[in-house]
Amino acid sequence: MRIAALLSIPCGLFIWFALQIGAVADGQVLQSSLAWLPTLGITLSLRLDGLGLLFALLISGIGALVLLYASSYLHDDPHLDRFYAFILAFMAAMLGTVLAGDLITLFVFWELTSLCSFVLIGFDYQSQASRKAALQALLVTGAGGLALLGGIILLGQVAGSLELTTILASGEQVRNHALYLPMLLLVLAGAFTKSAQFPFQFWLPNAMAAPTPVSAYLHSATMVKLGVFLLARFSPVLGGSDSWFVCLTGIGGITLLLGAVRAITCSDLKQILAWTTVSALGMLTLLLGLGTPLAISAAMLLLTVHALYKSALFLAAGAVDHGAGSRDINRLGGLAGTMPQVALASGLAALSMAGVVPLAGFIAKELFYEATLQAPTAATLLTLVAFLGNGLTVTAALLTGWLPFYGMLKDDTLHPHPVDLRLWLPPLLPAALGLLIGLFPGPAGRLLMAPAAAQVAGSPLPLSLGLWHGFSPVLLLSLATLGAGLALFSLRRPLLARLQPSQPSAGWDTERLYDWLLIGLPRLALGITLRLQSGRLRYYLMTVTGVAVALMALNLMTSSNDDLQLPRPDGSLHEWLTALVILAGALFATITRSRLAAVASLGVVGYGVALVYILFGAPDLAMTQFCIETLSIILFVLVLHKLPHFALLSSTASRLRDLVVALGVGTVMTWLVWRAISQPLVPSLSTWFLEQSLPAGHGRNVVNVILVDFRALDTLGEITVLAVAALGVYAMLKPRSGGEGSD
Amino acid sequence: MHSVILATAIRLLLPLMLLFSLFLLLRGHNEPGGGFVGGLVVAAAFALYTLAHGEKEGRRMLRVDPLRLVASGLLVALVSGLLPLLVGLPFLTALWSSVPAPVIGHAGTPLLFDLGVYLLVAGMSLLIIFTLMEE
Repeated sequence: MRIAALLSIPCGLFIWFALQIGAVADGQVLQSSLAWLPTLGITLSLRLDGLGLLFALLISGIGALVLLYASSYLHDDPHLDRFYAFILAFMAAMLGTVLAGDLITLFVFWELTSLCSFVLIGFDYQSQASRKAALQALLVTGAGGLALLGGIILLGQVAGSLELTTILASGEQVRNHALYLPMLLLVLAGAFTKSAQFPFQFWLPNAMAAPTPVSAYLHSATMVKLGVFLLARFSPVLGGSDSWFVCLTGIGGITLLLGAVRAITCSDLKQILAWTTVSALGMLTLLLGLGTPLAISAAMLLLTVHALYKSALFLAAGAVDHGAGSRDINRLGGLAGTMPQVALASGLAALSMAGVVPLAGFIAKELFYEATLQAPTAATLLTLVAFLGNGLTVTAALLTGWLPFYGMLKDDTLHPHPVDLRLWLPPLLPAALGLLIGLFPGPAGRLLMAPAAAQVAGSPLPLSLGLWHGFSPVLLLSLATLGAGLALFSLRRPLLARLQPSQPSAGWDTERLYDWLLIGLPRLALGITLRLQSGRLRYYLMTVTGVAVALMALNLMTSSNDDLQLPRPDGSLHEWLTALVILAGALFATITRSRLAAVASLGVVGYGVALVYILFGAPDLAMTQFCIETLSIILFVLVLHKLPHFALLSSTASRLRDLVVALGVGTVMTWLVWRAISQPLVPSLSTWFLEQSLPAGHGRNVVNVILVDFRALDTLGEITVLAVAALGVYAMLKPRSGGEGSD
Repeated sequence: MHSVILATAIRLLLPLMLLFSLFLLLRGHNEPGGGFVGGLVVAAAFALYTLAHGEKEGRRMLRVDPLRLVASGLLVALVSGLLPLLVGLPFLTALWSSVPAPVIGHAGTPLLFDLGVYLLVAGMSLLIIFTLMEE
């Protein structure tokens, strides 16, 4: 069966990664690299350490479950093959990001995850909401990606290498550098957009337009954690400063509360889960901002636990949607009878999310409280934020794990039916794993969390996880959290009813800013384009020459003009005569009343210039110039008889303005040439060409040897431009003469 | 616009000019000349012929669609640059035959490159001229 073959990929990867646990837990770092752009010092380099391994296990493990799940969930979708391809490509990009041993490798894979996310959110491309959400996710994470690139380049410059190993060792040097703050802000912009932190939180709930397996995989368990991964990765380098602490705990705290509050006001299961994901990401950011050993351990544990329970809840929500036909908690109820396995999975996951003994979530929450209570500054405030967030999370856990499965079915039009194994096993496995880690926290902590936390902290951490911490303020807080959550759950309905009137407008949201930018930027672009692209050749010419000449004039004026000497008027009679002919031709072209005469006098100018070339020993140039002039006149003659009668259409004012521009161009060019010939010539280049032409280029005509050999790449570029210009002319003229079907 | 003198003269001039353009192309590496000016001479020859005999006759005389000349010129120049890659040298490195060829002296990829320029310039000019002359 095809799904078995596909499943062997993530399963094989998972087993391979699992086999590396022992070595990595001993502190080994597996590395492998391949020269990519050696001249730029860029390598394609991979590195497997504790942090990367923890992520890699989550990515490949949950990836396998999601593949299995999708084979049933999307079994009648005509684009199922496409889905498999996208999700496996995404998995590869994710693994590449977390295993990158080099900043450029990291960035390339990081961007690939954004692209995969775009196609997966927009998987149902016929729905406008999907397309809009996909574009939004791409724009937000893409903009963050650009900021990240800037941050990475700065980091590489300051640390002197793009290799992660070198960078991780140069934390002191980076933090004391003058560019530390811009670097930090750029990297944070990348991390915060990816992990949906305030003020970028809006794209994540909108991304729920994707099919449920995608939401479970990308937008809860893996991709949105990349921002947190990035923070964890660079924590030994960028972390530990005041600005790091303020940014991460501040933004993390805001996101944590915002997400938790929004979660319990929703009624769609996926929306609730999305907002709690935002909230959990806020918690992780806050913990990494604290940066104490305790906080880092808590972050690593919470990250794992959250990936397990949230993917289980998402997959269960999809199973409910599939089996009952709705995701609205106001319509669902009593589903435990028809789909007991899903109810079990949801229940276990929700208990872990709420942090109930003996699940892994409980240990994570205890560690979280311990970390905030022992925070170096603002411990009370941070603990309060954590308490509020956790309390709301308990309520959300009840909404998703209890409401749909117990009580009575609230909407009689729904006809729930049981779901098959491929829909209930994938949520059940991670949920059960949450219980297993809760019961036996020791091995998981020693083998997975400790090596990961050691990478984040930059030095090995003493980490021993236990279910029971004795009677302490932390336990009291945990109990109070559960009580608060339960109380809020029972009061939720009346509270929401009171809030209802103001609900539709939903108040001010940063998404408004996004919408405003999305409308405003094209408008701005349109305005500028309308101004610049007037469609009149004379304005284009005036803009181009005017700007070029103004820039040159500025440069000439600011540089020193001391060595300018008025060239002595030497030269023989025929040289002067040639100059006079050119001038006369140019003057006549401007004042004549006949178009043919204007063309002819322009030809005189051209031939005069060609004569100058001959006089100063450039036969190649002269020959080409003669040919060009001849062809131009032929072209002019061809066009002339199609034009209306010659008439003076422009006003005196515009002709005067043209005169000023033309004289300005002439003056500045003369000035430039004058400057150029007053400088002593650098002889090395032309002498080199002259000397090398015959021995290296096998030709005596230096001009030609330069064109076809020494500077052949330039020529190739030029003839490409010529070809494109010819196509442009052809395309512009063709419609007028076409229509006969001759081509 | 019909001129008996031009029409008669160009019949004799056309082959001569084409021959001259080849001469310019081949000697270009050592004496004044080269692919660019050679291509322009081709264009001028056919342009005069077309002026005298009309656009349809001009196209018939050229036998090839000028758009194809542009494309093949670009292709020839590109191929001349790609050839050195086959022997492991960087893009656009000049390769020379060790045996001197008659007429042109040494033969090598720069001549091929110049041939590409020649074809492209001729094709481009004629493409514009023919399109403008279509009625």
